Parts: sequence; structure tokens; C-alpha cells
Amino acid sequence: MRKKFLSIPYVVWMALFVVTPLVLIVIYAFTASDGSFTVDNISGLGTYANVFGRSLWLAFIATVISLIIGYPFAYILSKESAAMQRITMMLIMLPMWINFILRTYSWMSILENTGLINQLLGKLGILAALGVDYIPLINTDGAVVLGMVYNYLPFMIMPIYSVIIKLDRSVIEAAQDLGANSFNVFFRVIFPLSLPGVLSGITMVFVPSISTFAISKLLGGGKDLLLGDLIEMQFLGGAYNPHLGSALSLVMMVIVMICMYLMNRFGEGEEQAVLL
Amino acid sequence: MKKIALLVVAVMLFSLLPACGKSYPNGEVNVYNWGENIDTGIFDDFEKKTGIKVNYKTYQSNEQLYSVLKQGGSSYDVIIPSDYMISRLIDEGMLEKINFDNVPNIANIDSRYLNQAFDPQNEYSVPYTWGVTGIIYNSKTITDEITDWTAMYDPSYSGQILQFDNSRDAFASALFILGYDVNTTDKSQIDEAYQLLKQQKGILQGYYMDEMYDKLEGGEAAIGAYYAGDALLMMENNPDLRFVIPESGSNMFIDAMCIPKGAKNKDNAEAFINYMCETEVCLANMDVTCYATPSKLAYEALPDDVKNNPIMFPSDEVLDKCQIYINLPTEINDYYAKLWTDLKS
Repeated sequence: MRKKFLSIPYVVWMALFVVTPLVLIVIYAFTASDGSFTVDNISGLGTYANVFGRSLWLAFIATVISLIIGYPFAYILSKESAAMQRITMMLIMLPMWINFILRTYSWMSILENTGLINQLLGKLGILAALGVDYIPLINTDGAVVLGMVYNYLPFMIMPIYSVIIKLDRSVIEAAQDLGANSFNVFFRVIFPLSLPGVLSGITMVFVPSISTFAISKLLGGGKDLLLGDLIEMQFLGGAYNPHLGSALSLVMMVIVMICMYLMNRFGEGEEQAVLL
Repeated sequence: MKKIALLVVAVMLFSLLPACGKSYPNGEVNVYNWGENIDTGIFDDFEKKTGIKVNYKTYQSNEQLYSVLKQGGSSYDVIIPSDYMISRLIDEGMLEKINFDNVPNIANIDSRYLNQAFDPQNEYSVPYTWGVTGIIYNSKTITDEITDWTAMYDPSYSGQILQFDNSRDAFASALFILGYDVNTTDKSQIDEAYQLLKQQKGILQGYYMDEMYDKLEGGEAAIGAYYAGDALLMMENNPDLRFVIPESGSNMFIDAMCIPKGAKNKDNAEAFINYMCETEVCLANMDVTCYATPSKLAYEALPDDVKNNPIMFPSDEVLDKCQIYINLPTEINDYYAKLWTDLKS
């Protein structure tokens, strides 16, 4: 109790940079440009239902793929030697030291019709065998999902890994002693115990994926925007309308909160790893 | 506890570091410009001559600049918007009048670029570059001769077309095809243009701005609409590229230096603008940007082959077909913003 004052910087920080912007978003979302109250911003969002749908869908797919790749990876990694684990962790973190836009930009050169992959396929004669000039990779939904998975996969691996590594070995041994085969040990002991890590991994991939911008612009051609792009466009892009932008942000936040709530229900009884 | 206190002090001191080092007795000037639109090498020279430090940042489109200024909180001293955006900023009281006593080099600027419709009394702006928009295409992949905007809507180039990623230029390309005024305020005409753009979206590779450099130079796309100066730069890197000013007309733009309202270093901004009008500086910038200079002294100093370059300095006959954008009423600007959002969603 004596050291409560230590939390003051944090409380001030939260109030200034988290609570205030949220209040501003709500105010903007419910006002017109002349400052009068309106619900038009919200009720007009139906026009963008397809953008919401697409963003949710792509973020969902990206999360599922990240989980399918990330979980086994984290699990296998946790069984490696300490040195191996350190090196691998560093390799996972390494790309994150490079700017996010730059990394996505390089995917553009890899996936382009004249890009590295198509050049390679051309050199190997595969394109000629298929009778095409190139395989369209860029400007597809697949490219956007790839961009999301590539950028956010570490956020799936990290929490799962850190939970698995701390699992009590004796619990696993107990299960084995009691006659569980390796399938049962994994699905009835290890996986349920690692659920908190999985849930925070899902949150940390899904939330940035659904609100991402730039990825869809660079890898998707900017023709069909995602929510993040649409919001960015209202503040910094070609269509200045902070009221619409705030309404979009607000609804997106509500959708994300509902998703997180449902997920927390799913993992109820487990340690509350998903903080919202 | 002592250690922590020491650390805190160290961090605080460290954060002050950038302020030391080189000294700039006359403060600084914050410049906000289009991407790829200046010879950044001139900053050193300016800093040496005036003792004013240049902080430089870039934006991608007039609309983006507008959004940044409108939101407030930014502190730029010199901005370089285009004609229609200048008049919008003037209309909305977002520009500072320039004190021309501090900008004697305005005398270098050819009078034909002054007192334009966007700033009739020429109180707020000093022209920096001018040019036209047009179509860049790869003559290797497109063997037909491209003459007009319709090529941008030709399904046979499907997947190879790049469109401007800003509403005004994109709509203009459609309005030219329809034969309407680019400054139209008739919503039904704008709707028609929107329908055309909506159809075009199906055959587009994407909406881009400066990303076009990579896409067109590398042969990733075959055709795209962009600005003359950038086209010249791309042609230097890929000789197969061609630039045409469309037959049905095009946009002529003037980008001019302005001072946003509330600029903290107005005197420095004027010093910078004045410096930018010096002949050697104009020439250096032209060399990098390939945009035509409005300075008559710089123009005279150019070699003949540059003076006669039909892309950089189109003939009067071509320019007669070009229209300058003017600012539209707020209602139409909002309408543009809405349609642009709808188009992309």
C-alpha cells in the first residue's frame, strides 16, 4: 500500500492516452461535422458491411493458420535444448527489428507477377509447362493473409511457448504413469493446460489482423480495402471524415470485444490469460 | 534505488542529446512536401547559408496533406500543395499570408504562373513546379499507340493498369472520357464518372501513388496514369516507357509553396521559400524531380534539349487542352470523399 504512488505514472498514462482517445472516438462517432448529435455515422455503416465481413474473415483465416503453424512449432521448440531454444527465439524476433512496412514491401517484390517466385518458376520451366506467363500471387486475398500470418505469427508462438515451457513436468509424468498414451497425454493434459497461451496468442494475432492497414494495400492492390485501411483513409488518406472513421473504429472495437468475450467464455475456468 | 534514479537521469539526459551537436543559431524550418519532389542535397547548403535547420517530411497526396493539417497538432512551416488544394486551404482559412518583402526572389518567377485562379491576388503561394498528368505505358508490352484516357479502361489490358490513388485525379480521368468539365459540381456527372471508375476497378491491378515507380519500371504493370515529372524519372530507368498527354485533355497543375496558419517559424519559412526560388536551387531540384520550373531565369539557363522536351514543357497547343483544377464547394468535396470510400470498399 505504501508504494501506491508508483502506479501514478501508469494511471496518468492510461488516462491520457487510452481513456481520452476512447472518449474522443465516441464523441466523434456520434457527431456531425458541425458538432451536432447524430446517429447517421453509425447507421450508415451498412454500406461497408462487406468490408467488415471481409476483414473478419481474413483475420479469422490468418489466426487459424497462425495457430496451426504456431502451436506445433512452440510445442516442438519447448522440447529442444536450452541453447537451441534461445537461438530459435532470437531468429523469430529478428525480423521484428526491421520495419513492418519494409518487410511487407519486400513480400511485394517476392509475390509480384515479375517477382522472385514467378521468376524462379519461369527458370525451372514450370510456367512454360503450365502454359502461363505467371501465376497470379499478388493482389489476391491469399497474399493479404500471407502478409498477416508472416507479420503476426511470432505473437502466436511467443505466448504458447512461454506457457508450455512452464508446464509442470510431473503432471505429464503422472498421466503417463496412469497409462495415458502420447495422444491422450497431449490432448487431455498438455493442450488444456496450454490453453491460456493459445487464447492470448489468438487475441494477439486476431486483433492486429482485423485492424491492419498497409498489408492489404501493398499486397492486395488497395482495391478492396480492409477495415484498417478504411479507417486510415478517413483520417490520413484521400477522404477526410473523422466522424465516419470514428464510427468505424467504434463498431470495430465492439465486434472485437464480442469476439474476445466469446473466446473467454470458451476458455472459462482456465487461467485468465486474455486481458481485455 | 540510487541505481534507478541514476538510470532515470541518464535516460532523461539521453533524450536531450539530439538537441546538442550541430548548432543552428536561427532555429529551424519544418518542410512538408510531396514524396520524390526535391533535391534533399540543397538542405545542407541552405543550413550553411542561413543557420536554419531543415526538418523534412513527405506526403503522398494533397488529400493526405489536408487531413494532416485539418487534424491539427502538426507544426509545419512550409507545405507544397497543388492548385485546387491551395484554394481549399485559403477558403478554409488554413494558410498564412506570405510577407513578400522576405521573398524578393518572387521576381524570378514567370508571371504566367502567378495570380492564378487558386490564389488570384497571389498572397498565399509561390509556385514551385508545374506539369501535366498523363498516361505512362510500356511500349514493349503495349504495341498499340496509346492516345487517350480510354486506354486506362481497356479490358484488353486487364490486370496491367494502375490508377491514381487519390480521388481528384482518378475522377478527372473518367470525367475527361465523358467529356465533362473536371471542375464539375453536377452530381449526376460525378455519378457517371463514379460508375466508370467502378467498372474500371475490375480490370485494375491496383490504386497506387509512388509505388508506381517500382511497378512500371520493373514491368509489373504495363500502363498507369501519373504525373509528367515522375514519368520522366521512370523513363530514365526504363527506356521502354512512354508518356502521352491524352487527346481529350488533361490536368495542368501548379504546385506552390505555402505557409500553413499558425506556423511557428514564419520568418524561416519565408527564407526557405525565397531560397527555393534561386536559380541554382531551381535547377538542382529540376534535375532530381524532372518537374518544370516556373522560374524564368532557371528556364533560360536550361540547355535547349530540355527546353524543347515536350513532356516537361508541353507546347501551348497541348496546354490549351489542359484544365487546371479549382477547389470545389464543400458539399462536392464531401461527395467526392464519400464516393472514393465507396469505390474502394
